Amino acid sequence: MNATITAATTRRVLTQLRHDPRTVVMLLLVPTLLMTLLRFVFNDEHAFSRTAPALLGVFPFVIMFLVASVTTLRERTTATLERLMTMPMGKLDLILGYAIAFGAIAVVQVGIATTVSVLWLGLDVVGSVWTLLLIAVLDAVLGMALGLFVSAFATSEFQAIQFMPLFVLPQFLLCGLLQPRDRMGWLLNWLSDVMPLSYAVDALTRVTTSADVDTALVLDLVVVVGCVVAALALGAGTLRRRTD
Amino acid sequence: MTNSAVTGTGLRVVRGGRDVLRGVGFAIPRGSVTGLLGPSGCGKTTLMRAVVGVQNVAEGTVEVLGRPAGHPDLRARVGYATQNPAVYADLTVAECLRYFAAVLGAPAHDVDRVLAEVDLADRAAQLVGSLSGGQRGRASLAVALLGEPELLVLDEPTVGLDPVLREDLWALFHRLAAAGTALVVSSHVMDEAARCDRLLFMREGHVLADDTPDGLRAKTGEQDLEQAFLRLARAAA
Repeated sequence: MNATITAATTRRVLTQLRHDPRTVVMLLLVPTLLMTLLRFVFNDEHAFSRTAPALLGVFPFVIMFLVASVTTLRERTTATLERLMTMPMGKLDLILGYAIAFGAIAVVQVGIATTVSVLWLGLDVVGSVWTLLLIAVLDAVLGMALGLFVSAFATSEFQAIQFMPLFVLPQFLLCGLLQPRDRMGWLLNWLSDVMPLSYAVDALTRVTTSADVDTALVLDLVVVVGCVVAALALGAGTLRRRTD
Repeated sequence: MTNSAVTGTGLRVVRGGRDVLRGVGFAIPRGSVTGLLGPSGCGKTTLMRAVVGVQNVAEGTVEVLGRPAGHPDLRARVGYATQNPAVYADLTVAECLRYFAAVLGAPAHDVDRVLAEVDLADRAAQLVGSLSGGQRGRASLAVALLGEPELLVLDEPTVGLDPVLREDLWALFHRLAAAGTALVVSSHVMDEAARCDRLLFMREGHVLADDTPDGLRAKTGEQDLEQAFLRLARAAA
C-alpha cells in the first residue's frame, strides 16, 4: 500500500474523465433525469415517494457498474495495466485509486439526484436526508466495486456490457422493489438474500419511512459496506503480474 | 557483481500449447546496447517479457541485476516499453508522464528530461490520442526512460519512425549505454543490427547467436549481417 501512488491513480482517472466532458455530464445528471422522469410517470407524490428511494440507489448502482467495468476492461486490454504491473504499483493501490475517483463522482451524482428529488420532486424522507445520501453513495460505490471485479471475467467490451443485464438486472428484479421479498418463492427469496442490492434497497426504504436508526438499518449498511470491501479485494486479486 | 545485467539459462516458455522459447540461454551486458533480432514470431517479445518478469515461464531462470526477474526490488530499476504504445490516449503527454513518474517515485522534473530525449517537448500539452503512431511510440518510450532505470527493455522502439528520428533514438540509446545503462532493443529489421554493440539472433524460439557484430562477421565470413543471419539459420536447420 502506497498512499502517493493511490492518490496519483485517483488524480489520473479524474483527469481522464475531465478530457471527456460528455461522460462527466452524463455521469452527474442521468440519475437526476431518470428520477424526474419517474416523478412524472407516477404524476403523484405519494406513489413517487414509495418507489423513489429504492431507485435513488439503483440508478447510480447501474451507471457506476457499467462505467467502472468498461474503464477497467480498457486498462486491462490495452498494455497500460501490464506496464503498471511492472512498476512499484500495488494491486490494491490501483483498485483503491479507481474506487476513490469513482466514489467522488458518486457523491456528486447522488448528491444532485437526492437534492432535486427532495426539493423539487416531492420525495418525502422521514429519516435523515444525510443517511439517505450516505446509503445512496454506498450503492453507487457498490456498483462500481462489482463492476471493477466482474471486468476481470470479460475479455471483450461486448461481454463487459452484457454483464450489466447478467449481474445487475437480477438484483434489480429481486431487490424487493417489484414484489416484497417475503412474498417470493423460497428459491428467489434465498437468492435475494445473498444479493447485495437487496440490503441497499432495504436500507433506503427504511430511512425514508422511519426516523429511527435501528439495528436492522445498521445491519443493512454493514452488509453493503462488507460487499464493497469484498468486491474491491476480489477485484485486486484478479490482477496478475505474470501472464501467459 | 557480474558484468551481466541479465542472464537467462535454459529458458522455456509455452504459450497456447506451443513452445515459444525452447530452452534459450543469453547474457545482456551492462553499459551496452544489445540488439534482439529475428523475424516476426520468433520469440523476441516473449524473451523480453521474461526479462521484465511478466511472462509465465515453464522452465529455466532469468536473473536481472542480481535478482530473479520480476522481483519487487526491480520494479523501479527496469524500464519497459511494449511494442504497442502503453500510454493513456485520453491524457495529454505531460499528464500521462507525470502519472507514471509518480508511480515510479521519479522526480517531477524527470518528465521534462524524458520529453526532450524523445523529442516530444513541443507535444507535451497535446492529447496522446491525437498523436501520430510514431509519436505515440515515442511517448511510450519516454515512460520507460523515467527514473533513469539501470536496464531498459525496448520492444521495436524504432518502428514507423522517419530516418532522422531513428538516427536520434539510436544516438540516445548509445548515450544511455555510455552512462552505464544496459539496453535490450528488439527489431525485425536487419539493417539495425550494425548499430548494436552486441547481437542476439533469434529464430523459431532458439538463440542462433550471441556475439558482437564483428564477432559474427568473423565467425560466418560474411561482411553483411543479414547474410550472416542467413548462414547461421541454414546451419541450424
